[in-house]
Order: sequence, then C-alpha cells, then structure tokens
Amino acid sequence: MMTSKPASFWTRYANPTAFQRLSNQIAPLAGGAAIAFIALGLWFGLVASPADYQQGDTVRIMYVHVPAAWMAMACYTSMAIASVAGFVWKHPLADVAAKSTAPIGATFTALALVTGALWGQPTWGTWWVWDARLTSVLVLFFMYLGYMALWSAIDEPTRAARIAAVACLVGFINVPIIKFSVDWWNSLHQPASVIRANGPSIDGSMLRPLLLMAFGYTLAYVWLLFVNMSAELAERRAARLLAGARPTATLVAEPAE
Amino acid sequence: MRGLSAIIARDVSLAFRAGGGAAQTVIFYALVILIFVLGVGPDPAVLSRVAAPVLWTAALLASLLSLDRMFQSDFEDGSLEMLVQRTPTPGLLVLAKALAHWLTTAGPLLLATPLLAIIAGIEPAAVPPLMLSLLVGTPALSLTGAIGAALTFPLRRANVLMTILIGPLFAPTVIFGVAAATPGADAAPMLFLGAATLSTVVIAPLAGGAAIRFNLQ
Repeated sequence: MMTSKPASFWTRYANPTAFQRLSNQIAPLAGGAAIAFIALGLWFGLVASPADYQQGDTVRIMYVHVPAAWMAMACYTSMAIASVAGFVWKHPLADVAAKSTAPIGATFTALALVTGALWGQPTWGTWWVWDARLTSVLVLFFMYLGYMALWSAIDEPTRAARIAAVACLVGFINVPIIKFSVDWWNSLHQPASVIRANGPSIDGSMLRPLLLMAFGYTLAYVWLLFVNMSAELAERRAARLLAGARPTATLVAEPAE
Repeated sequence: MRGLSAIIARDVSLAFRAGGGAAQTVIFYALVILIFVLGVGPDPAVLSRVAAPVLWTAALLASLLSLDRMFQSDFEDGSLEMLVQRTPTPGLLVLAKALAHWLTTAGPLLLATPLLAIIAGIEPAAVPPLMLSLLVGTPALSLTGAIGAALTFPLRRANVLMTILIGPLFAPTVIFGVAAATPGADAAPMLFLGAATLSTVVIAPLAGGAAIRFNLQ
C-alpha cells in the first residue's frame, strides 16, 4: 500500500482532465499570490528600503535583476529535470512541462540581461562587458531559443519531446558554468552574496525585498507554467479532434517527407 | 571495430572524391579569411592582433558546411537504419562519423593554415601555437556538430536549426582556442581547450546516440 501511493499520485495527473482540474485550482491561487508578493517586494524595494551607500538608488534595480537571474537558471534546471522525467518514466505531462517552461525561462533570462545592462551603465560605466558571467547567461538565452526552435520544427509531439530533451540535457552543462563563473574567472560581476557559507553578506533591509521578489517570481513561474501547460494540452486536444473530424484534410495538408 | 573503420574509410573516400566537399571546405575557409581581412583593412598592427581569432572563426564556419549531411544522406537512402542495427550502440556510429568529419574538414584546413596564416598577417613564430590550438580544438567542433546533426537529420531545413542549437556549445572551444593560439600564453587555455574536447568525446556519443535512436523510432 505504501509503495503504490506515490505511483497513484503521479498516474492520476497523467490524465489530462484530472490535471486540468488541478490546474484550474492552482493557477489562480499562484497568480494571486505572485502579484501580492511582487507588489510587496516592489514596495519594500523601491520605497521602504535604504539607498546603497555606494550605488545610491541604482541598487533598487537589483531587486528586479537578481531574482530574474535566479529564475533563469531555476527554469532551465526544471526543464532539465522534466526532460529526464519524460525520458525515464515517459510521463506525458513531464514533456508538456518542459516545453511550457522554456518561454518563461527565456523571458526571465531576457529580463535579467536587460536589467543587468540598465544597472551596469551607471555603475560599471558600460552596458555590456564580455566577461564570463554575462557571456554564459547570454549563451543560456540562446539555448532557450534553440530549444524552442527544435520543438517547433518537429511535428510529432512524442518525438519532439525526446529530441528536445537531448538538446536540453546537453545544454544543462552551461548552468553550473553560470553559477561558478564569478568564482572561476576574474569577473566584473560580483560573487554570490545571499547564499554563502557564512550567511548573507547583505543587510536585512535589502534582503527582505530581494526574497519577497524571489518568492513572487517563483509563484509567477508556477502560475504561468500551469496556464501554458493547459493551453498546450488544449491545443493538442484540438489538433486530435480536428484530425479525427477531417481525416482527409490532414492527409492533404501534410506533404510527404 | 572493423565495421567502424569501414564507415570512416567510406566517408573519407567519399569526401575526397570529385564533388565530395573536402576541397570546397578549404576554398570556403580561404574565402572567409579573405573577406575578414578585407573588412578589417590592411593595417599590419590590427591584422596581427585579429588574425588568429579570424582563422579560428573561419575554421568553425568551414566545419559547419558539411555537418548537416553527416547523417542525412545515409538517412535518405535508408543505410542509416542498417548501420545503427549493425553497430553495438549508436554512440559508436556517432564517434566514427565525427572522426570521419574531422579527418575530412580539419585535416585539409590544418594543411592550408600555415600559408593562410602568413597571408593574414600572423608572425611566423605565432603559427605553431595556432596550429596546435586548432589541432586540439577542432575535434570538439566535429563532435559537438555530430550532436547537432544527430538531433536534426530528419528535418527539412535542418541546417539553420542545427547551427542555432550547436552555436552556443562552441563558445568554450572558441574562447580557449583563441587564447591558446596567442604566442607566449601560459598552459592554462590549452589545458582547458583539451578538457573541452575530451568532454565532448564523452558527451557526443551519449547525446548523439540517443538522438539517432529517437529520430529513427
């Protein structure tokens, strides 16, 4: 009995209708909480926190930038985990989750790159430097784009999922490189200051908005993920219904490879 | 093992036959260098600074040329499925194909490099480190390229998609390759370049083999 319990949990939500019910409950909750956390984080970040003694008010960009960069890596990691799950256990929703994560992760990566450039101009005196951290995050952005291009190039969903999973896992090498780039190479980008062996090196008044934003972003990811996955499942159902209703039409529409 | 050497020998002899592409790769390599040099201008001080990166970039672009055909032509005439059935694991096939690709692209490129390097304004003393960095780094280009080719061979217009997928993965090889080509550089970039190449020796058969299996299902 004990062993069959987790299996039933996983298999229950392999049914798209059951998943749709779960999604309909979780998505609005996560969305509401995300908006609340981000609003609170922005209030603390933009109004109720001190300006940095060196950076001045520019430091407030960090409350948008740092959690976005965390999410850029976290989304790719989730994509890799979902790819492995789709690969090993052939769970149909794992493939959908991996595919649905990519545009969200790409958006967080773009947000991190843009806010980083906006912060770099007044602080470093340049929009962009080709150092290890910035370059590896840019590479991450291109990997998201390549992953999405691969999905859209293959018509058949199961094969697309397997092929995209291989590409995703090869690209995962980049994630630890991003994480440790500031330690391995002499970089203009500062090293980690929140998750450190001796505790965070930033003041509580600045840590509070940072963590609130990070929670908000994570909840926003959950929200958008469920919305994306529902849309993907609905799209596939529509494609199946369409193929069933007009079998000859699809035969004509798809040229022989 | 004999089967694998037969695959390599077949691909190499196909590439060196008339219209096989090995000669075209070298011509393309020379043309890219020519265009870069024309774009940069004839100032010797600037040229000697940018020539090694230009040669590396040209070698990378030239090795992309024949990648999309690595599995595609065999897939189209049906021989790929037979090859996969007859090799113990598709990973070995990827290694053999990548090695044949390296022999037929990097080989001719390396032979042409000393002459083109001098024309492009590289000091004669800087040619050996450049040659060594190309020798150590180009296998990674062929092996990484084999992953991209294995992912995309059944697709129409595979070429552009493959380039988008493997382009980011070329970053470490180009960075360390150019650093190692600089005369008087310490050993670190060359060691990192070697490490990048060796890691692709492990990753390419695993990822490429899986991709071939999924694409043939």
